[in-house]
Amino acid sequence: MVKSTPTLPSVSVTGSFHHDSICLFTDLELKVEAHAWTCLLGPSGVGKSTLLRLIAGLDTGGDFQGSITTGDGLPLTERIPYMAQSDLLLSWLNIHDNVLLGARLRGEKPDHDRAEHLIARVGLSEHSKKRPAALSGGMRQRVALARALMEDRPFVLLDEPFAALDAKTRSEMQELAFEMLEDRTVLLVTHDPSEAARLGHHIFIMTDKNLQAQPVPSTDPIRSYDAPETLEAQIFLMNQLRHI
Amino acid sequence: MKHFKDIILACLAALLIWQLIVWATGVPPYILPGPIRVWQAFLFNFDLLLEHAQITILEVLLGLLIGGVLGVVSALHLMISPLARRFMLPFLVFSQAVPVFALAPILTLWLGYGIASKILMAVLIIYFPVTSNFYDGLRRTDRGLLDLGKTMGATERHILWHLRLPSALPSLGSGLSLAAVYAPIGAVIGEWVGSSKGLGYLMLLANGRAKIDLMFAALIVLALFTVLLHYLVSRLSKRMTDWTG
Repeated sequence: MVKSTPTLPSVSVTGSFHHDSICLFTDLELKVEAHAWTCLLGPSGVGKSTLLRLIAGLDTGGDFQGSITTGDGLPLTERIPYMAQSDLLLSWLNIHDNVLLGARLRGEKPDHDRAEHLIARVGLSEHSKKRPAALSGGMRQRVALARALMEDRPFVLLDEPFAALDAKTRSEMQELAFEMLEDRTVLLVTHDPSEAARLGHHIFIMTDKNLQAQPVPSTDPIRSYDAPETLEAQIFLMNQLRHI
Repeated sequence: MKHFKDIILACLAALLIWQLIVWATGVPPYILPGPIRVWQAFLFNFDLLLEHAQITILEVLLGLLIGGVLGVVSALHLMISPLARRFMLPFLVFSQAVPVFALAPILTLWLGYGIASKILMAVLIIYFPVTSNFYDGLRRTDRGLLDLGKTMGATERHILWHLRLPSALPSLGSGLSLAAVYAPIGAVIGEWVGSSKGLGYLMLLANGRAKIDLMFAALIVLALFTVLLHYLVSRLSKRMTDWTG
């Protein structure tokens, strides 16, 4: 029943971006490695989300000069699952139908069994027939995760999806998301050093001048939030951010 | 329930003040009848009022239905077609700039003394609030939702149907609630200009025969009907968009 996820080589972005006369970045080079979590860290307003939107093919309101390429030269398909800080659930649909939104929007036949399977995996089976308003913020973000997985694409974009959650829920969501998105190519935009320290196979800090690769702990993600190497990386990243 | 009690109390207070003014000034009943006199006229002319109210209610409901459907279709059309935006939008504003009241005699000339001209008046009056409210709602879909739709490879048609339209239902609801208040005005203006039935006609007739108490009774029946209609339409649209369950 569960299809095998298509494979995807790395994704590279190179180029400059201007919005009106303001230059958001120039000569940027970002390589998102396949089957790994790449974390893009940086202060607000440096263009992290813009970069993500460029990859997702969304409007940025600016002018991008450069290229977005994949390792095998094939184009990125239009369908790139995308999770934002806001869960973007449709308030008039129940959880089950929200997870099936993609099929609905493309006029495809919905796969009800797979939707239920994914809802069960994020632990919301008993809430499947409820509307989003009846759920907590963390539960809603789990629905958004199930919806992203329903798309079953190799490449997933996460734009601060856990930023609005409380600390406990956030750390649990990080674990759940990591487990469920394993083997996929993930680009996570975040402003939280501890999140990057826990989840990143590769970590970049984006400043208004350039993009800097950061050292990552020797252990594989997902790292425990209280492991010494996680804390060490977190402190290191925090220092880097403080000195931009 | 407390809210309801407040309304009743406010109404009773208004009636009391009304009656006090009549007593205090000694104004003759053919200028301003007191509420008791109006109530008597209401009871005495109940069948007459009912007969004319039926006509007006029919005009209003049909006007609301036709105007609502036209408004919804127009707003959707404006949303899909750039051509419609170019040609219909100026017309839409223009239709609002022309005082509809001024058109009433012409409509009666064209459509006669029957209910058709009154229904059209109601339609003309409500068409703009329904269309513009719904169109605004359709345009103001959460940008995040549209982005999500795009990353899911949705077509414009599906985005309109599954994202924009449900998001705009509350706006349509407020447009229809406004329409519920405006539609009776349209119908009554139509009746004033030329008719032989309806509450508007009855008001003119009573006025002409110095039966001011009957005029007031008809006015109050019309007002109560309008309030009830507004309440029902608001209630219905709220229920339609109650997604908290």
